[in-house]
Amino acid sequence: MAVRVSMKINGKAVSGEVEARTLLVTFIREHQRLTGTHVGCDTAQCGACTVHMNGKAVKSCSMLAMQAEGADVLTIEGLAKPDGTLHPMQAAFKEHHGLQCGFCTPGMVMNAVDFARRHPNASEQEVREALEGNLCRCTGYHNIVKSIMAGSKAMTTSK
Amino acid sequence: MHAFNYHRPSNVNDAAAQAVKTEAKILAGGQSLVQAMKLRLAAPTDLVDLGMIKDLAGIKVDAKAVTIGAMTRHAEVAGSAEVKMAIPALAALAAMIGDRQVRNMGTLGGSLANNDPAADYPAAVLGLNATITTTKGTHAADKFFKGLYETALKPGEIITSVSFPVPKRAAYMKFKNQASRFAIVGVFVADTGAGVRVAVTGAAPCVLRLAEFEKALTAKFAPESVANLKVKADGLNSDLHASAEYRAHLITVMARRAVEAALK
Amino acid sequence: MGAPLIGARIQRKEDYRFLTGAGQYTDDVTLQGQTHAVFVRSPHGHAKIKSIRKDKALKAPGVLAVFTGEDLAAAKVGGLPCGWLITDVNGQPMKEPPHPCLAQGKVRYVGDHVAVVIAETLDGAQDAAELVEVDYEVLPAVADASMARAKGAPVLHDAAPDNTCYVWALGDKAAADAAFAKAAHVTRLEFINNRLIPNAIEPRAAIGLYSRSEDAYTLYVSNQNPHVERLLMAAFVLGLPEHKLRVVAPDVGGGFGSKIYLYAEDVVVTWASKQINRPVKWTADRSESFVSDAHGRDHHTIAELAMDKDGKFLAMRVKTTANMGAYLSTFASAIPTILYATLLAGQYSTPVIHVEVTAVFTNTAPVDAYRGAGRPEATYVVERLVETAAREMKLDPAEIRRRNFIKSFPYQTPVALLYDIGDYEATMSAAIKLADVAGFPQRRKDAEARGKLRGLGYAAYIEACGIAPSAVAGSLGARAGLFEAGEIRVHPTGSVTVFTGSHSHGQGHETTFAQVVADRFGLPIESVDIVHGDTSKILFGMGTYGSRSLAVGGTAIVKAMDKIIAKGKKIAAHLLEAAESDIEYANGEFKVAGTDKKKMFGEIAFAAYVPHNYPHDKLEPGLNENAFYDPSNFTFPAGTYVCEVEIDRDTGVTKVVNFTAVDDFGKIVNPMIVEGQVHGGITQGIGQALTEGCRYDATGQLTTGSFMDYCIPRADDVPSYKVDTRETPCTHNPLGVKGCGEAGAIGAPAALMNAITDALGIKDLPMPATPQTVWKALQNKKAA
Repeated sequence: MAVRVSMKINGKAVSGEVEARTLLVTFIREHQRLTGTHVGCDTAQCGACTVHMNGKAVKSCSMLAMQAEGADVLTIEGLAKPDGTLHPMQAAFKEHHGLQCGFCTPGMVMNAVDFARRHPNASEQEVREALEGNLCRCTGYHNIVKSIMAGSKAMTTSK
Repeated sequence: MHAFNYHRPSNVNDAAAQAVKTEAKILAGGQSLVQAMKLRLAAPTDLVDLGMIKDLAGIKVDAKAVTIGAMTRHAEVAGSAEVKMAIPALAALAAMIGDRQVRNMGTLGGSLANNDPAADYPAAVLGLNATITTTKGTHAADKFFKGLYETALKPGEIITSVSFPVPKRAAYMKFKNQASRFAIVGVFVADTGAGVRVAVTGAAPCVLRLAEFEKALTAKFAPESVANLKVKADGLNSDLHASAEYRAHLITVMARRAVEAALK
Repeated sequence: MGAPLIGARIQRKEDYRFLTGAGQYTDDVTLQGQTHAVFVRSPHGHAKIKSIRKDKALKAPGVLAVFTGEDLAAAKVGGLPCGWLITDVNGQPMKEPPHPCLAQGKVRYVGDHVAVVIAETLDGAQDAAELVEVDYEVLPAVADASMARAKGAPVLHDAAPDNTCYVWALGDKAAADAAFAKAAHVTRLEFINNRLIPNAIEPRAAIGLYSRSEDAYTLYVSNQNPHVERLLMAAFVLGLPEHKLRVVAPDVGGGFGSKIYLYAEDVVVTWASKQINRPVKWTADRSESFVSDAHGRDHHTIAELAMDKDGKFLAMRVKTTANMGAYLSTFASAIPTILYATLLAGQYSTPVIHVEVTAVFTNTAPVDAYRGAGRPEATYVVERLVETAAREMKLDPAEIRRRNFIKSFPYQTPVALLYDIGDYEATMSAAIKLADVAGFPQRRKDAEARGKLRGLGYAAYIEACGIAPSAVAGSLGARAGLFEAGEIRVHPTGSVTVFTGSHSHGQGHETTFAQVVADRFGLPIESVDIVHGDTSKILFGMGTYGSRSLAVGGTAIVKAMDKIIAKGKKIAAHLLEAAESDIEYANGEFKVAGTDKKKMFGEIAFAAYVPHNYPHDKLEPGLNENAFYDPSNFTFPAGTYVCEVEIDRDTGVTKVVNFTAVDDFGKIVNPMIVEGQVHGGITQGIGQALTEGCRYDATGQLTTGSFMDYCIPRADDVPSYKVDTRETPCTHNPLGVKGCGEAGAIGAPAALMNAITDALGIKDLPMPATPQTVWKALQNKKAA
């Protein structure tokens, strides 16, 4: 069954005719060609597909595109400033070597930004728990945690 | 994912009418259903999306009860200052479901209707003796959970809200499966004022109450009342991660810890 | 010029694209007219295929083709080759049963490839794949390696009637037996080194493209060594000349060994792209990764250590059964032999070692190199034995190690390797200090007061990296060379592009290699770009695995740079009217010694490409050099890890509370990147010891087939780590580097299991030490 879906992605209104079974991540990657959002599993564990929907981190592989009808979606491509300046969380990941192969990174960063907004003064343990829905196989999380602590601080001061 | 017909009703009566088809499924947050459909384990002919029915979501708190709309996301329950004040154990339980991203989508109604044997919410509903309101009436918690992925819901019957009586004190302790983070054993202990209820999820094919524990705690609400109670392993789940014996042991440990937490 | 770049914590050049979603992984590539492939896989561990009916699938909407093993056989597409020939104890070659890309009459593991469906859309291909009707006759299966040779065990391959690939041995058995006969004490352990599923977060993916105009193929693939992939596929499977196949491995989202190999899917999409004259894309979903990526480890081992009364090691005997899975993956045969048995000396001067390895076929996914590859298994044998011996001999675990450390170099081990350099005392002492081992008794007491069991364990590992001298590898059965190639292209304005045969899939080569080049040339790092992962751009390469990239690939680059500087000196001598022997090169300047006459690097590059004033009689224009480097020995990173755990008696939950690693990787180019590699390796090692256990049931069903049941560590499963390094520069490469990519995964499991057994006060415990396993051990101890 074909359906029409409309939403905002990274501030831009988009719409398309899709099969009803189209996942949000498929709509983002295949229909909008925004390939920064990744798919790393099929059981909602890895979090590589994390985007923001109406300001909240969600797993775009675990929902239909239709569930984002009318929503405001932010992907990794929309996080840096239009002039290319990195968001403080992105900058912190770079500075603290919070990424290696880069595949889990967009999901990590998107979750981290949402978390830091809500919990600006989180402890290391709280950051680790907040990453329950994101898997990384490269970094051992050490530098991801460090990056999020620093990025969170930078987000507070850059407000 | 198999193809399906997609419906997006604007009110719950239309939804109930569309969901009555035998191979139809109701889509709430989708955190279990979409996975199952992706893996081709579920293949509904029709999918009825409740996402646009605004009045299904929301939290109401009064002196006696916390009433939560079926489409209220776990994150909203976990983060609600009112719920934290009235039934902190319920907010804490909601904060332990899945992960942050899942909690931003997953719903109370979806969780209960699915009745996954390792889901968290059924423990709170049964432990707090909640009432489930649907498009067809109400269900007492004790009569709602029927078995593995089985509830008292009839085809086309949709949960609209759940009312949790405010207990004197309560706590939930969850022993997580390392991999899936579902409950291997989750124990919800509630001192309702009119007796103690102990509900266990994860351990058996369906959430259940522990009469012996309830009796002991009703007599004296203290960790030592349950610390040495033994649970029979017969009938408990046994899998790669936890044998029935291990689960039986964990029930006692988690119950004791829940009582300790409730007393804090 | 600024500060030296070697040894500097330079932020990574590749990060901007990854952080902004601009990375290009294989699945991000969309080609014009692209189609989608879905593989029909065996649901059975072992079965005969009685028939396959394609007609319903072929009629499904959007389906373009369905191919089976028959189609591949008719097209003379070969099977997958094994790249390493092991010769058994009787001088016979190992058994190499055919490894078809699509099953020929029989399936041998769950996930084995039966057919491929190609359709216009992915959904369409998935729908149609369900319509391929396969009639199986299910056969009894064997999944457990220790049962594979049992009488009456189901036989997988006619070519190996006893399911045995080889029985292989190394070392002097008679001498070992004699040493054991006179030992004051023997420590014995029997254990399983648990099977692991690599799970790089980017699933494997491949896109085949056939160009009619060029009559040539391009394969985009998530792979660690595109030239090896090309060589194997062209020469051994498709029968193509290599210039007719281009392999591109773009950004790759983690490998850990699992993307070294030539896989059936890669061959099928490449071949099929010509059959349907459209690009064919396949991307694994995670469920497919679980059943079809090459797994790691899976050894069953009995190990013994003989000592004199002072705890001095006299001899070691090891017997290992290694599970190869259903077929031989690309380097499977070398892992439990060349990369395992040769490491059994560890850091110790044990004079006699004998090891026997039996490799068997089972109804499980093929097993091959996974981070560490043989060396974690060897370290586990040695370090569990040593720690257990210390406990049995009532010696401090550091002291028993100290008494047995190799102290003078070079050192010839009794298991074939020649260690060039090391200082094991230095890394162990530093680790003891950093881990505050002195404070452990107090911490244990405090833990007891909180009702927790606390334990501490060591692992002093060694690994052989920088594989390999090709001649040595060849004499041991390698069917490929193991050198590396590099090319330096200096552009007319003095910027530099470096082409390397190494491949980065998280290791940060674009930064590390640029640091090496910019430092040596005296250029800003922004002027240097590293290119890898495309056989049409890079002259050749053997790829990235075995922590070899900087030691071998980096050295090839250094050699090419030396040629650039040598040519530059000739050009400078001409321009400066000086003798070539008087030209010195430093900090980006060619200078006449003892004068202020000089030419900048960029001026020389310009002169080479605009050769108006140029020594044409002696030199060709241009400034482009390449080099191949074949190392003269392995490198030998080594270090000591100290792990501290706390165990909850009630639940059996183990928490890693402290983890300290002190490594000797030789010279370090970028400490930030090195630390990252160690963190990641340790975490995979903790995964092996605590959470990851691949399981097959008796029928060959994978019971840990998703992240719901197979647990790779999450952020809250591990602590922050304390890491440090000591440095004995490698003696035989110009950078003095040894490699750092696998150390963590090699050393961590033994350190962790030593800590857990210490906390529990028991001799041994199977990995992974899940809460249930630990709880059971506590119950058993209570009962005993």
